[in-house]
Amino acid sequence: MNLRQKYIAFMTIFGKEVKRSFRTWKQTFIPSIITTVLYFLIFGTFIGSQIKSIGGVSYMTFIVPGLVMMAVMMNSFQSMLSKFYFLKFQKTIQEILISPMPAWLVVFSYLSSSVFNGLLIGSLIFGSAFLFETIPVAHPFLAILVVVLVSSFFALLGLINAIYAKTFDDMNIVQTFFLTPLTYLGGIFYSIKLLPEVWQNVSHFNPILYMVNSFRYSILGFSDITITTCLLVILGGIAIAFSWVLYLFKTGRGMKA
Amino acid sequence: MKHALSIKDLHKTYEGRKVALSGVDLDIEEGEFFAFLGPNGAGKTTLISITCGLVQKTKGKIIVQGHDVDTEGDDAKLHIGLVPQEFNADIFTKVEDILYIQAGYYGVSRKEAKPQVEMLLEKLSLKDKRNNTPMELSGGMKRRLMIARSLVHKPTFLFLDEPSAGVDVELRLEMWKFLRELNESGVTIVLTTHYLEEAEKLCKRIAIINKGEIKRIGTMDEVRGGRPLEEVYLEITA
Repeated sequence: MNLRQKYIAFMTIFGKEVKRSFRTWKQTFIPSIITTVLYFLIFGTFIGSQIKSIGGVSYMTFIVPGLVMMAVMMNSFQSMLSKFYFLKFQKTIQEILISPMPAWLVVFSYLSSSVFNGLLIGSLIFGSAFLFETIPVAHPFLAILVVVLVSSFFALLGLINAIYAKTFDDMNIVQTFFLTPLTYLGGIFYSIKLLPEVWQNVSHFNPILYMVNSFRYSILGFSDITITTCLLVILGGIAIAFSWVLYLFKTGRGMKA
Repeated sequence: MKHALSIKDLHKTYEGRKVALSGVDLDIEEGEFFAFLGPNGAGKTTLISITCGLVQKTKGKIIVQGHDVDTEGDDAKLHIGLVPQEFNADIFTKVEDILYIQAGYYGVSRKEAKPQVEMLLEKLSLKDKRNNTPMELSGGMKRRLMIARSLVHKPTFLFLDEPSAGVDVELRLEMWKFLRELNESGVTIVLTTHYLEEAEKLCKRIAIINKGEIKRIGTMDEVRGGRPLEEVYLEITA
């Protein structure tokens, strides 16, 4: 395939998936928005009004970046997981496997559609936070970059989960037992500086902490961990996950007999 | 004549050590209409699936239109069209869009694909169903949609895996006519079938495959050796 053919193939997958997301908007966008707005209302407004400021900002403002990140992470993971698992389930994946598209192009195309969803979800949720409080944005371009990177990482994890999943039950294991606990313990609702030292040290092994803090830095201008460390951890995670996915495509694991 | 497909010493052993193919050698020339006959589990679908990149081979060499599938797999795939045994298109996507999406996977833009899509919808009597989803199609229409999808990028080599399974007589005859025309236009066709009559009507050369090995191959007359094809088939596959 020449460059033009690759571009057409990319736009075919990207367009198809974005169109599908809008067709199923009630599943794709609305649940994340409702859930996060409820968090804003309950934790930000009702409970948050009783909590003193953190880092010089109100509790509501403090939790907004983390909640936006949580929605982006979960949406990117779930959308990629479900779309790819159903490709396998319906055997529609055969259309792609017999095509001349190289593996990296297939992965990149699906990834881009998930990142597009992530950016949209992030923007909608961040916008909805303004219904409760005006949130300052310290580094807008960095915020967009962080959403793109985090969304990419979680979409890749969703893809890996989908490739390994053999049954519908397998689709929930990673999210239930790993992602959800790590997310809630990733500093969304608190600064790790509030924890005892031993738990602060343990928290540094949680990759989600770096993602939440990178976005918090880009929005509020402060975080528990330096932005350079956060970006290095995220980029490292993407590199590992992307290599893993390419390996799975190359070997055909979970896709080819 | 150049080989459209050349297979050397092809082996496939699935997990659980089930041997599906055991040293298959095969050459198919450009423009041929070739049939694989054999009982269920003989290895027909495995052979096609390996060539198309859906199944990993254990050992062997496959060259499609001069391209080694191991080193130039993407170039080889540009030439191949596949009509699978089972319906596998997205059931929520409109018929017309299924064809345009498939063209896109091969780097063919919507504008470039339009004449071919229109021709296939017309020829395969799917024009009235272009805005329907596969859920609204009959079994025969789904089968025709699979054929249309496999041809949308104008392949030079077409695999049909049991194309007439579950298809009524009228549609089968229409399908045969269409496939003959396609073959006359230069497309090399390889089909697998349980219907001996189908192979006799359409193909010049056939192979009978059983337990992962090609037991007999040649022109229809060579394979029959003056006897009815059914008799020879039953003798080989017994």
